[in-house]
Amino acid sequence: MCPSPAPPRLVVAGNGMAAHRLLERLAEDSPQRWSITVFGAEPRANYNRILLSTVLSGEKSAADVMDTDAAWFSRRGITFHAGVAITSIDRERRIVHDAAGGQAAYDHLVLATGSDAVQLPLPGKDLDGVRTFRDLDDVEHLIAATRTRRRAVVIGGGLLGLEAAWGLRQRGLDVTVVHLMGHLMERQLDRTAALYLQRDLERRGIRFALRADTAAIEGEGRVEAVRLRDGRRLATDLVVMAVGVRPNVALARAAGLAVRRGVLVDDALATSDTAISAIGECVEHAGQVYGLVAPAWAQADVLAARLAGNRKVAYRGSIVGTNLKVAGVAVYAAGDIAAADGAEEAVCADPDTGLYRKVVLRDGRLAGAVLVGDAADGGWLFDLMQRGEPVLHLREPLVLGRAFAEPARQAA
Amino acid sequence: MTVLPLAREARDIVRTTCAYCGVGCGVLASSDGQGGATVAGDPAHPANFGRLCSKGSALGETLGLEGRLLAPVIGGRPAGWDEALDHVANRFAAIAAAHGPDAIAFYVSGQLLTEDYYVANKLLKGFIGSRHLDTNSRLCMASSVAGHRRAFGSDTVPGTYEDLELADLVVLVGSNLAWCHPVLFQRIAAAREARPDMRVVVVDPRRTATCDIADLHLPLAAGSDVALFNGLLLHLHDTGVVDRRFVDRHTVGLDAALAAARAATPDVAAVARWCGLPAADVARLYAWVAQSERTVTVYSQGVNQSSAGTDKVNAIINTHLLTGRIGRPGMGPFSVTGQPNAMGGREVGALANQLAAHMDYDDPVAIDRVRRFWQAPHLATGAGHKAIDLFRAIGTGEIKAVWVMATNPAVSMPDAGQVVRALQACDFVVVSDFVRDTDTARLAHVLLPAAAWGEKDGTVTNSERRISRQRPLRPAPGLARPDWWALSQIGRRLGYAEAFDYHGPADIFREHARLSAFENDGARAFDIGAVADIPASLYDGLEPFQWPWRAGESGLQQRLFGDGSFHTPDRRGRFVAVTPRPPCHAATEAFPLVLNTGRYRDQWHTMTRTGRTPRLSAHRPVPLLAVHPDDAARFGLADDGLAHIESRWGAAVMRVQTTAEQRPGTVFAPMHWTGVLSAAGRVNEVVNPQADPISGQPELKATPVRVSAVATRWQGFVLSRQPLAFDCRGYWVAVRGAGHWRYELAGPEAPVAAWERLEALATAAVTEAEWLLYRDPAIGRYRAALLHGGQLQLAMYIAPDAAGLPSRIGPAALFSEARITPGQRRSVLAGRDPGRSADLGPAVCACHGVGRDAIEKAIATGCRTTRALGERLRAGTNCGSCLPELRALLAGVA
Repeated sequence: MCPSPAPPRLVVAGNGMAAHRLLERLAEDSPQRWSITVFGAEPRANYNRILLSTVLSGEKSAADVMDTDAAWFSRRGITFHAGVAITSIDRERRIVHDAAGGQAAYDHLVLATGSDAVQLPLPGKDLDGVRTFRDLDDVEHLIAATRTRRRAVVIGGGLLGLEAAWGLRQRGLDVTVVHLMGHLMERQLDRTAALYLQRDLERRGIRFALRADTAAIEGEGRVEAVRLRDGRRLATDLVVMAVGVRPNVALARAAGLAVRRGVLVDDALATSDTAISAIGECVEHAGQVYGLVAPAWAQADVLAARLAGNRKVAYRGSIVGTNLKVAGVAVYAAGDIAAADGAEEAVCADPDTGLYRKVVLRDGRLAGAVLVGDAADGGWLFDLMQRGEPVLHLREPLVLGRAFAEPARQAA
Repeated sequence: MTVLPLAREARDIVRTTCAYCGVGCGVLASSDGQGGATVAGDPAHPANFGRLCSKGSALGETLGLEGRLLAPVIGGRPAGWDEALDHVANRFAAIAAAHGPDAIAFYVSGQLLTEDYYVANKLLKGFIGSRHLDTNSRLCMASSVAGHRRAFGSDTVPGTYEDLELADLVVLVGSNLAWCHPVLFQRIAAAREARPDMRVVVVDPRRTATCDIADLHLPLAAGSDVALFNGLLLHLHDTGVVDRRFVDRHTVGLDAALAAARAATPDVAAVARWCGLPAADVARLYAWVAQSERTVTVYSQGVNQSSAGTDKVNAIINTHLLTGRIGRPGMGPFSVTGQPNAMGGREVGALANQLAAHMDYDDPVAIDRVRRFWQAPHLATGAGHKAIDLFRAIGTGEIKAVWVMATNPAVSMPDAGQVVRALQACDFVVVSDFVRDTDTARLAHVLLPAAAWGEKDGTVTNSERRISRQRPLRPAPGLARPDWWALSQIGRRLGYAEAFDYHGPADIFREHARLSAFENDGARAFDIGAVADIPASLYDGLEPFQWPWRAGESGLQQRLFGDGSFHTPDRRGRFVAVTPRPPCHAATEAFPLVLNTGRYRDQWHTMTRTGRTPRLSAHRPVPLLAVHPDDAARFGLADDGLAHIESRWGAAVMRVQTTAEQRPGTVFAPMHWTGVLSAAGRVNEVVNPQADPISGQPELKATPVRVSAVATRWQGFVLSRQPLAFDCRGYWVAVRGAGHWRYELAGPEAPVAAWERLEALATAAVTEAEWLLYRDPAIGRYRAALLHGGQLQLAMYIAPDAAGLPSRIGPAALFSEARITPGQRRSVLAGRDPGRSADLGPAVCACHGVGRDAIEKAIATGCRTTRALGERLRAGTNCGSCLPELRALLAGVA
């Protein structure tokens, strides 16, 4: 970034939560340093994607989850192209071309293109009533569908699928979650935690088909059933595909940047082209692709600092904590919860109140934790995990609860 | 005599006596109407003047019906009394017919009231005609009886408790008075407080709680008391501290006694060597005794429970005869007995070598007298087997039937394993007890339900010859009946209806009193003829009195022998020449330590009563082997670790308590724990069965043992509302808690294996429950709590060592809760209450557990943006889903 009389030009490809965090930090910490242009594929300002499930469930409105509006950009002197995606990058000339036929020159380009929902290549995937659950458009579509449809099948028992299922259930639909694996949220939860969660959700009226591989979506124009490979046929009039997300790397790949699962970045969040950085779910850092907001924010914070001139700041990867945002169900998972390679696992279980805690320790340090039923200690455990300090003196409270780390209350 | 109003008329407060030690304290008790009772010391009772010890104070808590034997049991099935009595009488009759009356034995107890004791003695010796009636008092004061009889010609304690307060020097020998006779200890402590010149010396291998008031403690070697008192006799004699007139006119045998003493221990240095004591300390004791006309020598089991017990008693008495310090205020030898009615048993003659009422088999006139009085044609005419021999005779089949009353010989006898084997081999075992399950009851063919304290009605005699009433607070529950009743019923069924036609304890007491006075010209010390004809109403209201109380006398004589008149044929007291000898079994290379046994403060005998109360179980919940730290190091024992204690006779396992109060080379273990309450805490399995050749009292305090550490890989405890049955693998001890039983556990297997076993046990014990679990296998830590009906039913904890276990107090307290609250569920597993208040206001940031209160406080103190809140509280920094709420809270303030 060579100094010039006019501020250097920063172009941001994407307007999701990572991009927004970056813009927020830049605006606060180095407001005049860059001339900023933002391209967002979605036709609206920034919103909190994490809260989409609450919009689907009706707890919040779409307006409630908007973080910004057009005015937010203009107040900060940021040029914002809503609903305009960048289509290609001319790295030689440092110009991006957009879907509206325009172009913008940059001194530095940030890719924050996020990820796309995975679409299973199933027969019938294009029938009416089949939808992913990824953005506000999806949510608005699903909400509209709930007015006329009574049954839903959610394909995918991961975090997103369960949130979708809960939202639809809240809107009165009969919901069945179809999941390929033997237990829910297998990437975050161990089998026991998943069983607790499943039982809780079953009490809330959601049905589950586990170890269920979807063979086809059936219907004449409009979805009528989901057929499983084991022969079961689940009649439905709405299907939500929530089988995961894939980093959106098309733009980067087309531009010849180094890409594996995501756009490869180093600790400075620079891509293989130092004039281009990348943050958020489109990124692959040290072999990790993150699908959660906290790492995206951490990357945004680092990049913001670097763009503000602080070259010492680096991104060293994130430990992720997952909170299931389903009303009344407290589930928290963080770190490495599979006690492999000499890690130690300790458990506290109270099945009748649906309380389950598991911590994983490695070399006397907290490596992972799962909480079901009461997730209040999630942050405490997460902090301990991030700090990486020895925790053996806390071994019992880690399992039984933070409250037991402190001197006993005086009897009343 | 003064007469009290009938107990039940005195507004439900019953004047009775304590069920425990030989102090015989008066108790005011009133039933609480819910199965318990409140108790207080009786201020009017001369034994205690209102004081009570911890055990006595807890009497009201021992009355619950849990574990009570409420009906006769024949071969494991409940039965009615008629069937049971017929069965017992028929078996006795058949065995006597086939093998002679000596094939039947009774083994009775100092827990019996005098009336029960009297009928037992009369039935067996007088009518069944067997010689073999002995009592567990054999284990506690037979040596004192024998020593008394050798010196005085009668089994008579000369003094009175007041002498302990009047003395200038109290020498406590082999007596942990502070724990075993706490009220006497309190009386001495109070007297010493009032008269600081008063001195107390404790002669005991152990430094016990009694040493708290001692001016001098002599930790002598086990069994060396004879040397110490022989040396004292010589010292007193050689320094001229002699009551020449008393010796000349009222005693015989001094020269021989002096000669015997001089032969073994000619000087203080020799005594010191014998006893393993510093010569200066021995000399100080001797000087103090020489100076103190008013000297009382109190002795108890440390003297009696020895193969030289009788000699020890006489060595002590010799010093009092020499100085004439006997039977006068503030002086005398003073045997304090262990049991509430050991003395009553001695009075009725319920020892195998006694006949009745201070009459013995060695006097044909006495035999004839008793035969005539009882009109008992089959009267036994010779001494029977004393306890150890009695159980040996059961083992050999010489004795075919035994009736055990109110005692637990499978636990309390030395070489207890042999006693168990003998009872297992016995043709017919009858056990009368008030509890269903004891180590001995497990071996019985017939169980007979006895009345317990609070139901019994009769008299007891304490250590100062004071006879007091024990009165009932309530009727006996279920089919429980007094022992005298069951005995009389057997007597009737055997054809002696007339001889056992008792309608109540007053009938028996009068007969006992009449026998004491029968043809008694004063040669027999025990004479209570004054109360031989009292009506039942006077018996009910009988005030405590000391014997002798001859007909026509005032009954105010407090002390005996002060006038030099003894009960020997020539009326002279006897010096007994005694020679010190070590315990029968010396420590050897293979068994290098000497095991001593004794009581704990808050437990009584085999814990059938005290083991029922949480309060008394809290003091020493498990049996501990006390070991000097040097010995612990030498034998690889760790404090609080487990020790295997082994002798030639058997083995036990206990936790180790290292303490410098233990004499090096010796270890100490409590006598109380049973096979019902522990896996291997029955110390008498280890104890040698040698006995004093004269008294037959076992040497319970000197057994050579070896000790070794027991390797355990886990420890733990279980708390359970219902009693649990453990199999005998590993280590376990049951402890009574409030609303629960606690089981202290340890074992050799991996924690996970122990856990699986406990899980199975708990699953079987509490079939329907919510299970809470805490498992940390990497460090071997396992816990579970079982809830049902909102209440904690069972909780269990396992860890590789004590550091991994929580305090027992917190979870134990939850058994008293009507309902376990959600917040307490994890407290059960943690073993304690949580710390900081959980009340942070409604949670806003779920990820970081930040409540609304904290956020509002942060905003109030300067946080103006979500970023600032995130930096201060971490709120909103993980998933961000609470950011809208944070903004709303910020906006609300702005």
